[in-house]
Amino acid sequence: MPKSFDDISAQLRARHRKSARLKWISMGALGLAALFLVLFFADMLVKGLPAFQQAQIQVEVDYSEETSKMPLKAVDRDMSRLVSRGFLRLIPGRMEDNPDLLGTKKMEWVTATAEVDQYLKGHYSRLKDDQKAIVDQLVDEGRAELRFNSTFFTSGDSKMAELSGIASAAMGTVLTLLVTLAVSFPIGVMTAVYLEEFAPDNRFTQLIEININNLAAIPSILFGLLGLAVFIGFFGMPRSSPLVGGMTLALMTLPVIIIATRTALRSVPDSIRHAAFGVGCSRWQMVRDHVLPIALPGIMTGSIIGLAQAMGETAPLIIVGMVAFIPDVSASLSDAATVLPAQIFTWAGEPERAFIEKTSGGILVLLAVLITLNATAVVLRKKFERRW
Amino acid sequence: MNMKVTPRGEHAMKQDQPGQPVTRNDDANHDLSIRVRDLDLWYGDFHALKSINMDLYSKNVTALIGPSGCGKSTFLRCLNRMNDLIPSVRIDGLVEMDGRDVNEPKMDEVALRRRVGMVFQKPNPFPKSIYENIIYAPKMHDLVSRKADQDELVERALRDAGLWEEVKDKLHQPGTSLSGGQQQRLCIARAIAVQPDVILMDEPTSALDPISTATIEDLMDKLKKQYTIITVTHNMQQAARVADYTAFFHLGEVVEYNDTKTMFSTPATKKAEDYITGRYG
Amino acid sequence: MQTNQLLAMFSGSLLLLGLIAYLLGRSKAVRVRASGASMYSQPDQYAWFTVLSTAGPALAVGAVASILMLSLGAEVSPLYLLIGCLLVACIGLVVGIQMVRPSFHARQAIESVIRFILAGAALISIFTTLGILVSIIFEAIRFFQMQNFWDFITGTTWNPGASFLEAAGRGKEGASAAQFGSVPLFAGTFMITFIAMLVAIPVGLLAAIYMAEFAPARIRTIAKPVLEVLAGIPTVVYGFFAAITVAPIIVGIAGFFGLEASFNNALAPGIVMGIMIIPFISSLSDDVINSVPDSMRQGALALGLTKGEMIRDIVVPAALPGIISASLLAVSRALGETMIVVMAAGMRPNLTANPLEDMTTVTVRIVAALTGDQEFASAETLSAFALGLVLFVVTLALNLVSVMMIRRFREKYRVNNL
Repeated sequence: MPKSFDDISAQLRARHRKSARLKWISMGALGLAALFLVLFFADMLVKGLPAFQQAQIQVEVDYSEETSKMPLKAVDRDMSRLVSRGFLRLIPGRMEDNPDLLGTKKMEWVTATAEVDQYLKGHYSRLKDDQKAIVDQLVDEGRAELRFNSTFFTSGDSKMAELSGIASAAMGTVLTLLVTLAVSFPIGVMTAVYLEEFAPDNRFTQLIEININNLAAIPSILFGLLGLAVFIGFFGMPRSSPLVGGMTLALMTLPVIIIATRTALRSVPDSIRHAAFGVGCSRWQMVRDHVLPIALPGIMTGSIIGLAQAMGETAPLIIVGMVAFIPDVSASLSDAATVLPAQIFTWAGEPERAFIEKTSGGILVLLAVLITLNATAVVLRKKFERRW
Repeated sequence: MNMKVTPRGEHAMKQDQPGQPVTRNDDANHDLSIRVRDLDLWYGDFHALKSINMDLYSKNVTALIGPSGCGKSTFLRCLNRMNDLIPSVRIDGLVEMDGRDVNEPKMDEVALRRRVGMVFQKPNPFPKSIYENIIYAPKMHDLVSRKADQDELVERALRDAGLWEEVKDKLHQPGTSLSGGQQQRLCIARAIAVQPDVILMDEPTSALDPISTATIEDLMDKLKKQYTIITVTHNMQQAARVADYTAFFHLGEVVEYNDTKTMFSTPATKKAEDYITGRYG
Repeated sequence: MQTNQLLAMFSGSLLLLGLIAYLLGRSKAVRVRASGASMYSQPDQYAWFTVLSTAGPALAVGAVASILMLSLGAEVSPLYLLIGCLLVACIGLVVGIQMVRPSFHARQAIESVIRFILAGAALISIFTTLGILVSIIFEAIRFFQMQNFWDFITGTTWNPGASFLEAAGRGKEGASAAQFGSVPLFAGTFMITFIAMLVAIPVGLLAAIYMAEFAPARIRTIAKPVLEVLAGIPTVVYGFFAAITVAPIIVGIAGFFGLEASFNNALAPGIVMGIMIIPFISSLSDDVINSVPDSMRQGALALGLTKGEMIRDIVVPAALPGIISASLLAVSRALGETMIVVMAAGMRPNLTANPLEDMTTVTVRIVAALTGDQEFASAETLSAFALGLVLFVVTLALNLVSVMMIRRFREKYRVNNL
């Protein structure tokens, strides 16, 4: 016979505990994922922020006849180990450009080596003890300090950590993405328009649909194999170039844009289409003048997200050779180039401590751009969201 | 408004005021099962139930009728606190069962639902086998453990729900493979398998065909020997056929609560009269 | 840059011809109309039709001829090709202008050309899949002509180092022969995938359960996009994080327990990959759990079950096909993931069950084979395509099964938003 509430409640106690446990564990799982995200960003910030600063030291530069032949002699011997070779090498060139310099001595702020840089930042450094003493003395005299590292944003890759920057990779990324967008946006939108507005519902259309969904799930590295075999092997396009890289990424981005555009087109109510037909529009006129303008924000949002995805992609670009060492910024579509993620990959393989910092710095820049892109997409969606 | 609790067995008079004890139905059992006093309910700002007073008698069928949106389903869901699932709901007043206020903080709503079962408008069998659908909750409640006892419980519940003959050969097929009417009887079997005191039915036949409806009405008549049944129906003929008592809800109030015979022959209020004769609703 | 100049000349003259076509077509249409004839279409439409008839055939001839030349290797001077194309364009122009007559439906003609172009664009996705398939299969066949297929599938030694000697015609002499047994690569791939799933499935599923069943609306609206951020981080960044931050921590922890761990251990890339995959599982599972009908939940609660029991025994089993489908997609994703393993896992093919040792994966070997200084026709380079073929087949199968399961779920509960 039925028991009283109290009896049942007593019996239920263990079951309630179990239920509460599920709640806490599942909450913990979500917390764990969030915690990881926080730790990850903290780790990247700690590692990467110092990359935006670079040690500079003030030294006396002797622009003598001898210097123009042996630039290493331009500064005091003790100091020359602390000054970046990259600076010293440029001296003869500067003297040629500016003959007035000959015979003068100047106190100048110059870029220090990565080892000095690491020492000043309190990291492990391979400087010898006597060199460390000199650096300490320079700091006391106010002749050594950390300054904003503009080189990081203005120069290309270099074997010397203190001179390496992301400029060539950034340019490569821009060029590659331009190609990607130029190829995938029109083809993607046209495909979606065909499937949503023109295509008859037959086997062929279904095949295209299944194929697009599958394409979205194929590992990215296989697109690299396609680019290598078809674009480079068959069509003979230049290896490592933004053209090949961009086209490879375009094929990868295509499904994202198609799916986003179809969703956007589907959200345009049929009443708009009927109205357009009603005033005598042809199908294409209806799509061009009435449906596409309404669907445009959705299409843009999808394309930005697809572009952001392509921007972070590395594996297929490695396969088509876009991991080249590019010291100079080049704006050509057919020259060898590298992209930001590939630059990060190359730097990550460098053994010196200073490059870990550069890698993290590059990652911070990449993440900042990606977050901006995605935030733009979200804002765009929010702003133009319409309910019919 | 009379808020006094009527002592059991006292002969009550026919009255116009809602929430009053009702005309004695001489065929019915008169033990009190649930006592409702001054029950108010708000969905956000909307005052959905207004000062409801009712005595619900055990081992009877009580039907709640009224036009849609009148609060009858909301009232039903107060009795096993299913309204807790809706965040914006606020409840005030007394719902007393077995000497306890079901809304008091100490009351365990899971324990309450264990004693007050429910059958829904649309049959909702779990995506499990017929056998599992029935034995699952009793197993959780530790009512049975041995396999033989489980088999016996499943058979008894299905027999009580009038479904045994139809499904005894396919107990391990999914519950969703049954027809709509069979699914609803499966849900009833599932509800009685946990041996509750009260079974709430929220328009149990509205999604079913006439033949299944008739089967379930017969079933209610049989089940009231063991259980208190409170059913919401939009179908007045059904109320007249199966209920011992009938309450007429309108705009969140109980306009009239009476024994069914009286309600449908000589209703005390004009509104009930109009509704029953089909002037509106 | 001979080709570039030719290309520039080609597009320049085509643009010019197009402009001429537009102006001529339009002026003729306007004239005809002015003479009082009633025309089927607007002057602009006739103009656009002439442009199409000028540029379309010329572009088609140019594209087809270029592809034919590339694939057959026929030596025709590009200059002749250019002249030929422009000639076609001129003929098209003349024909186009001839067609500008009152009785001609320019609008319908344009419409059908547009439909044709759109369908052509839709075909490109098919060509992409075919391109992947054909290019991989073609090179893989060349690989299997050099190496035994059976040895590739069942061999336990991957040692491509000596293959360049064979390519140089010295395979029989001295140095040990190259071996392409892929078992250790797949063992490594599955080990890392397994570790990733061990992280991603429980965390992702539980997070989805919390968001769908417990979390207040406010937390839900914050948590979903935050989780999506995990999926938006580039894999190269995860790879760096796994190699630089996570691997040393694991070595440290293992050392604390007196275990020896490699800095390229399989655990670090596995865990980090798992974290990357969490949002795939949580997002899809959340959608699936939300589309389990509420009537199931009410039915369970009305029987006196606790919320936990309801979730465990009713909601999750009902959502199971969707959850499995999400997990299969995640597995397919993990198998094909490249950068994390390239940066954090080992290069050494190693058949072991110890996740603290270094192991290599299929994708790592593909990258290694294609970034070295190997000749393209060497067995090592071609082995990348053989590995790619296996990867393609496995991920394709997983994707198809996953799509079928989600479709079954959708039909069962008649949900349309999945």
